[in-house]
Amino acid sequence: MRMRWAYRCALAALLGGLSSSAFAHVQSGPAAGLLTGFLHPISGLDHVLAMVAVGLWGAQLGAPAIWLLPVTFPVVMAVGGFLALLGVPLPGVEVGIAASAILLGVAVMTERRPPLYVCAALVGFFAIFHGHAHGAELPRGESGLLYSLGFVVATGCLHAIGIAIGAIHRWPAGRIALRIAGGGVGLAGLFFLWRAIG
Amino acid sequence: MKPYRVIAAAAFCLVLCPLPGHAHLVETGLGPVYDGIAHFALTPEGLIATLALAVLAGLRGNDQARRVIFVLPLAWLLAGLLGAAARIAVPESLSWLPLLLLGGLVAADVRLPAAATTVIAAALGLFLGLANGGAMAQAGPGVHGVIGIVGAVFVVTTLGAACAAAWQSGWRRIAWRVAGSWIAASGLLLLGWSLR
Repeated sequence: MRMRWAYRCALAALLGGLSSSAFAHVQSGPAAGLLTGFLHPISGLDHVLAMVAVGLWGAQLGAPAIWLLPVTFPVVMAVGGFLALLGVPLPGVEVGIAASAILLGVAVMTERRPPLYVCAALVGFFAIFHGHAHGAELPRGESGLLYSLGFVVATGCLHAIGIAIGAIHRWPAGRIALRIAGGGVGLAGLFFLWRAIG
Repeated sequence: MKPYRVIAAAAFCLVLCPLPGHAHLVETGLGPVYDGIAHFALTPEGLIATLALAVLAGLRGNDQARRVIFVLPLAWLLAGLLGAAARIAVPESLSWLPLLLLGGLVAADVRLPAAATTVIAAALGLFLGLANGGAMAQAGPGVHGVIGIVGAVFVVTTLGAACAAAWQSGWRRIAWRVAGSWIAASGLLLLGWSLR
């Protein structure tokens, strides 16, 4: 009798071990497009730091840069993605992304306040590199619009996080903390540059 | 016979009576009108373009918002009926155009005159209505599906325009413009996808 129970338990354990994974939501088609697109910008630390730095710099600069930069960036980034989707090559994409982290980090660290058009041009220039890198990595077979929406919205959310963190700029200690954070982004950019070149 | 026994017997009979329940109505279908509503709600190309137009009109004030609320569904209905009758197939590769155009206009906060917004609303309704009409005729729901879509378009346009007209002071206007830039960027990427 005991042996029979032992066999049953062993059989149950064997069957349990053989079972395959169950998926409550099938990750294919449009749903996968939106989710994959949303996760794509978040998956790379170089992108994340540069996007957050755009928000931090916008918060330091105040109006109208605080909203002009997040409006400019996605549109110009889409131009970069568009070029990549068409197969137009852009040399030194990884170097450009690393340089964006360095320059944006330094701008936050030094609280640099150039004219507004210079800020927009600088952010737009680097947005092309970020967009091209994303466009070149877009997987085939996904839902184009949902993927694009997810990836643009995630980028916008990273800017918003940067702006929210940048709100500490109103306090003296917050200003120092922001400048330290800018220095950190710049150092991380140097590491990315060393990795891109090396 | 005691009352609780009668109640128990009635409850027992009721338990034996019910038909099978369907947690998901995929099997039974929602009916052609609801199929049209579901089609609109699940097609981001049409839904996002409609929202973008509603926001564009709402940001320009109540007058433009009121025009768009009626012009867009009317144009959509007429083109949908035509598309369903003639089974016209509109190429999907053009779906980036309304997103790029309308998203760009919202992002740039362009001060369009009321006539221009009305023409854009009519053009969008004709373009998407024609595409929806042909698709509904081929898929089965036909004219009833088109009516469902137009009803959903009216509701979404009204809500979107009302929100944009009511919330446009200070940072809210900036939020609409940021959303417009996201839509324009998605439209541009969609163009890239279609040319890939």
